[in-house]
Amino acid sequence: MPVRELKITPIKNGTVIDHIGNGLAIEVLKIIGIDRLDRDSTVSVAIHVRSNKLGWKDIVKVENIELGPRTVNAIALIAPTATISIIRDYRVREKRTVDLPPRIVGILRCPNANCVSNQPEPLESEFEVAERRPLLLKCAFCERRVDDFLHHLA
Amino acid sequence: MSLHGRDLVSIRDLSRDEVLSVLDSARKMVPLAEGSRSSDALRGRIVAMAFFEPSTRTRLSFESAVQRLGGRCLTIADAGATSMRKGESLYDTIRMLSSYADAIVIRHPNEGAARLAARASERPVINAGDGAGQHPTQTLLDLATIQEAFGTLTGLKIVLLGDLKYGRTVHSLAYALAEFGSEVILTAPPGLRLPEDHREELRRLGARLSEQSDLRKAVREADVLYVTRIQKERFSDEDEYHAVAGSYRVDAALLEDAKPRMIVMHPLPRAGEIAPDVDGTKHAAYFRQSFLAVPVRMALLTAILGAARRGN
Repeated sequence: MPVRELKITPIKNGTVIDHIGNGLAIEVLKIIGIDRLDRDSTVSVAIHVRSNKLGWKDIVKVENIELGPRTVNAIALIAPTATISIIRDYRVREKRTVDLPPRIVGILRCPNANCVSNQPEPLESEFEVAERRPLLLKCAFCERRVDDFLHHLA
Repeated sequence: MSLHGRDLVSIRDLSRDEVLSVLDSARKMVPLAEGSRSSDALRGRIVAMAFFEPSTRTRLSFESAVQRLGGRCLTIADAGATSMRKGESLYDTIRMLSSYADAIVIRHPNEGAARLAARASERPVINAGDGAGQHPTQTLLDLATIQEAFGTLTGLKIVLLGDLKYGRTVHSLAYALAEFGSEVILTAPPGLRLPEDHREELRRLGARLSEQSDLRKAVREADVLYVTRIQKERFSDEDEYHAVAGSYRVDAALLEDAKPRMIVMHPLPRAGEIAPDVDGTKHAAYFRQSFLAVPVRMALLTAILGAARRGN
């Protein structure tokens, strides 16, 4: 039996986020908001795991939670290689790669402090994809460009 | 494509042909802007001027444009006198205003405010400057001034002088000039150079871009010398401001080597960058430029609002 499976046991219900770029698991946990999860949601993290595809990768498993599209979009920003599997009764029911939508709403803060999206207005932050490789986003309000997403998560 | 009912937030909202069409219409509006002919193209129309930041030229030229065409204005010239002081959001203020007027002209200190206003409003929104962001009607009147002087917007050498870091007018103008195939020469004091992301984007758009730190050499090459004010409010240190502000000044002596048809432009107000002795030279175009604000804004308002219906 591969060593990998001994380290990370299967879960009954929940979400497995695999193929996270090496060292980014902690950021993925921040996006999932583990401090907001209740105790039924056991979270397992593996960092520095051998991967055929990536060389090294991180894995995060969250029990009893199926991630919604907003969380998946945020993960796509910082871990574009990630794959997400929804597990029900130990079986993979759905498997998808993260895919960035053309507009990213409510996930990042605009780095421009003077942008209207950082003012007390009834609106969510919104970014458009300016370039895909390397990924570059543009604020839909002030047009400021952002590429260091980790520092600007809302 | 028609501009009817559309917002104008950034100059890039307009295609090259749409820009040319506004300039063409603006030329025909000059006698109306001078008051030598009259028009009621906006009769029965109300345009709201939502100015949340001080402005002289922009607001008054918009108001003049509306009134010369027989329309009326609703003006907020002091945000402190509105319910925003009670904490009303810009979104709600604009939403309300859009039910009182046929179009909204907005100036606001926050970047992106006009885009927000365009979402909030059920009527067309025209951006009259949002923080250090966009000021598309300034760009249109700059282009109108260049076109009037040279009959073209292509193949010219335009020197942009001054605060190229924060100056919103030069950013929009540089993009428009790149679009029309004129060459842009950048002359800025250290610390106020055009930000790298703008340079990159301009080059990506195929702009011919160069730098010339020697103002005298830049002036000799120029068809247009576009001077901007260094904004004092951008500096935290007064000494630093004075050091930079004193580093360039355009005077009649500097223009002795200029091409005969070279024009000097400035979005105004000036703060010492252009000496008064330039005013009397054939090169001074900045007062013409501020006059052309009126016909350009008339052309734009007419295109966006459409001519008045008969019987209004």
